[in-house]
Amino acid sequence: MSPDLRRLGARASRKAAPLGALALFLLLYLVYNMLHPRGFSGAVLIQNANESVALVFLAIAQTLPVPLGGLDLSVGAEMTLANCLASELVTGPPLQVALGMAATLLAGTAFGALNGLVVVYGRLQPIIATLATGAIAIGLALILRPRPGGRVDADLSWALTNDLAELVATWNLADPEAAWLRPVAWIPVPILIVLVVALGVWLPFRRSLTGRTVYAIGSAEPAAVLSGLPVARARIAAFTLAGFFAACGGLCLAIQTSSGNADIAQAGTYTLNSIAAVVLGGTSLMGGVGGALGSIVGALLVRTLSFYFRILSVDPLLQPLIEGAVLLAAVSLGALRTLRVRNRLELFR
Amino acid sequence: MPIPEPAIRLSGVSKAFAGSQALDAVDFDCEAGSIHAILGENGAGKSTLIKILAGVLRPDTGEVRLGGRPVRFGSSAEAAAAGIVCVFQELSLIPDLTVAENISVADPPRRFGLIDGGAQRHRAKAVLARIGCDGLDPEMPVRDLSLSRRQMVEVAKALARDPKGLILDEATSALGAQDVETVYRLLADLRARGGSCLFISHRMHEVDRLCDRLSVFRNGRHVETFARGTRSAPEIVRMMIGRDIAAHFPPKPAPAPRAPHLKIDDLRWPPRLTGVDLALGRGEILGLGGLDGQGQKELPLALFGVLRGGSGRVTLGGRTGLPGSPAAARRPPARIALVPEDRKTEGPMLPMSIADNLLAASYDRVSREGIVSPAREAAAVREAIAHLRIKAARPSDAVATLSGGNQQKVVIARWLMTDPDVILLNDPTRGIDMGTKQEIYALMRVLADRGKAILFYSTDYAELIGCADRVAVMSDGRIAAELSGTALTEEALLGAALNIGPSRAPAEALA
Repeated sequence: MSPDLRRLGARASRKAAPLGALALFLLLYLVYNMLHPRGFSGAVLIQNANESVALVFLAIAQTLPVPLGGLDLSVGAEMTLANCLASELVTGPPLQVALGMAATLLAGTAFGALNGLVVVYGRLQPIIATLATGAIAIGLALILRPRPGGRVDADLSWALTNDLAELVATWNLADPEAAWLRPVAWIPVPILIVLVVALGVWLPFRRSLTGRTVYAIGSAEPAAVLSGLPVARARIAAFTLAGFFAACGGLCLAIQTSSGNADIAQAGTYTLNSIAAVVLGGTSLMGGVGGALGSIVGALLVRTLSFYFRILSVDPLLQPLIEGAVLLAAVSLGALRTLRVRNRLELFR
Repeated sequence: MPIPEPAIRLSGVSKAFAGSQALDAVDFDCEAGSIHAILGENGAGKSTLIKILAGVLRPDTGEVRLGGRPVRFGSSAEAAAAGIVCVFQELSLIPDLTVAENISVADPPRRFGLIDGGAQRHRAKAVLARIGCDGLDPEMPVRDLSLSRRQMVEVAKALARDPKGLILDEATSALGAQDVETVYRLLADLRARGGSCLFISHRMHEVDRLCDRLSVFRNGRHVETFARGTRSAPEIVRMMIGRDIAAHFPPKPAPAPRAPHLKIDDLRWPPRLTGVDLALGRGEILGLGGLDGQGQKELPLALFGVLRGGSGRVTLGGRTGLPGSPAAARRPPARIALVPEDRKTEGPMLPMSIADNLLAASYDRVSREGIVSPAREAAAVREAIAHLRIKAARPSDAVATLSGGNQQKVVIARWLMTDPDVILLNDPTRGIDMGTKQEIYALMRVLADRGKAILFYSTDYAELIGCADRVAVMSDGRIAAELSGTALTEEALLGAALNIGPSRAPAEALA
């Protein structure tokens, strides 16, 4: 085998977990469409995209604290807070709608920054710090919206939850019949939103010194300190960005449902599913490795499972049992590495 | 005209850690355009010295000057900005980042504020070519590299920062001959360009070949600095050992031939153990010496069933084979006890009570049908506390409330309660007070006299000489020499560890 080929092979094996998750997702989604009475249609794709987008954003959010070696238990609550805030602000004249969206994202970002400051300067473990701040976020959301309700601009709601053709048509952005639009007209807008945010925010972060430091801390914190990396800044940045992505999820949820709902149970489920998605996507809870792309795939896998429940009419009482078993099987694959550990004490490090 | 100041000058620098004085009013100069060796035993203060220079630690008192300017580094980044770069012994590489990312980790090439992957790769390739590592893929994660390749990446990382003062802390210990030559060449280059280098090594022939000046440290003090060739090797060794107040050790019995209870043939666990041969009889204390990191820590772990994938033949009380896990090691027929090295993580369970810690390895002895009997538990704990004279208010107190020495006694007592045949002690007296040390020495002899076989690793040579019947000196994962009787002196131990002076082939096994 040529050195180049070997190098390529080595690189692929390092990406084995996310690539395996991607293959599994593609297979499951293909079979799902074959089983679905209206499979392989734009309508099914749009519906699935809408159902997935919030969890995808939360999984990206969770991907930031996890490489540090911590968990953010407040992402679901941050999403809920953003959702309730958006149901107040994202309405009225176009300028107000735009400002309302910006304010929603800013609030989530600020809340994430608060998490980071508490973790770094309060010297608290992320899991307990975010458990507390998450409860605060839910509390604020309940004050804002004691009962489900509110309103979100209808045009915005329609444009962002359908395909690209509808987006163009809603705001008269271009001729809906234009030749350039035709090949991409079917793409659901939520997918585009995820792509734009992931490419525009995640990739630059991953290539910044701060982003690299996040991974370095999770990989070997003493070495990161010895190398003179900005450790405190990276920690704060990770939680801040997590807040931003969680707010993106909350905003999408508000736009879909045209309302806000301070649903405590939903916030908890989303948080736990975001952790599952991150692990399925190949990010190690020990820190140091993993990425947003894997987490996106992980979130899609979690969602695909629930699509199956729907078309196969699985008894809702059985669903948690099956979900748990599938999740356990999937993460067990990732634990195979421990069979290679030569010094047993390293298992506990 | 004023005399130019040396490149690096320390005046009156002191540093203390939790009661022990790591550096004591050290004055030290290193000239520009020179390679300066720093010598000393384990714990002489070398590591603290370089950590202060590299900005990792701050001195308690005293002043550091670079080229005449006083400096106070708050972090290693500040030290690097001032031109002082350190190649650390405990590697400062980040395992999950690639070689290229590690080489420019804190100061990557950037474009529009973002890391420029291409430029980073080019920089890595250029630096790797300079150190003769062209074959290394800059995109490999450091985790997948061998120890020697990692060490070279560490050198490359230091080089990429274009240092004026380079500190090498045992940087050649993991390298092969060819890489060592490369490092020598780099250091000569640096010297020719007027840079200075602090070179910490235990290999005397390296120091002899490379360094212009040598400084000896002992117990946190700067003993003497002299030019190369003005002192003989035995003189240097004596300087490193010094004349310290000797501890009191229990008398040793007359040497007697003993049948080996534990016999090790060609035990390997690459790369740390490379063929250990050793025999240990009942009633004997076998010391394990040598420089840090020659496999002394791995040998007890291998015997205790912690390491997987080792090879070799181990006979224990007539049975062949290693225990498969610590749980199996503790039970008959093996009956091994291990007092581990790291008292923070591997020894006591600090937040748990003294009683629970004492019983952790022997709950089966105080329970009936799986139920712990409170009366037997209390009696066993009382007995252990009295036996080792553990100074504790109540057995229900957390072990964390005890002093270091008493914590260590708890761990030792825990293992004595299992009534072991073989006791492995991994540096049991490090960082504990003199009084407790003496008690542990006496206890070891009592246990040996009761027929236990004791393997005792220590970084303190005086302790090995005072306590052990025989000392095996390890080097590069095997036994380099065995010393006993009148041949067991500090000079001989240090000489064998440094591979200088009269070393002898391992003495014939006892039987």
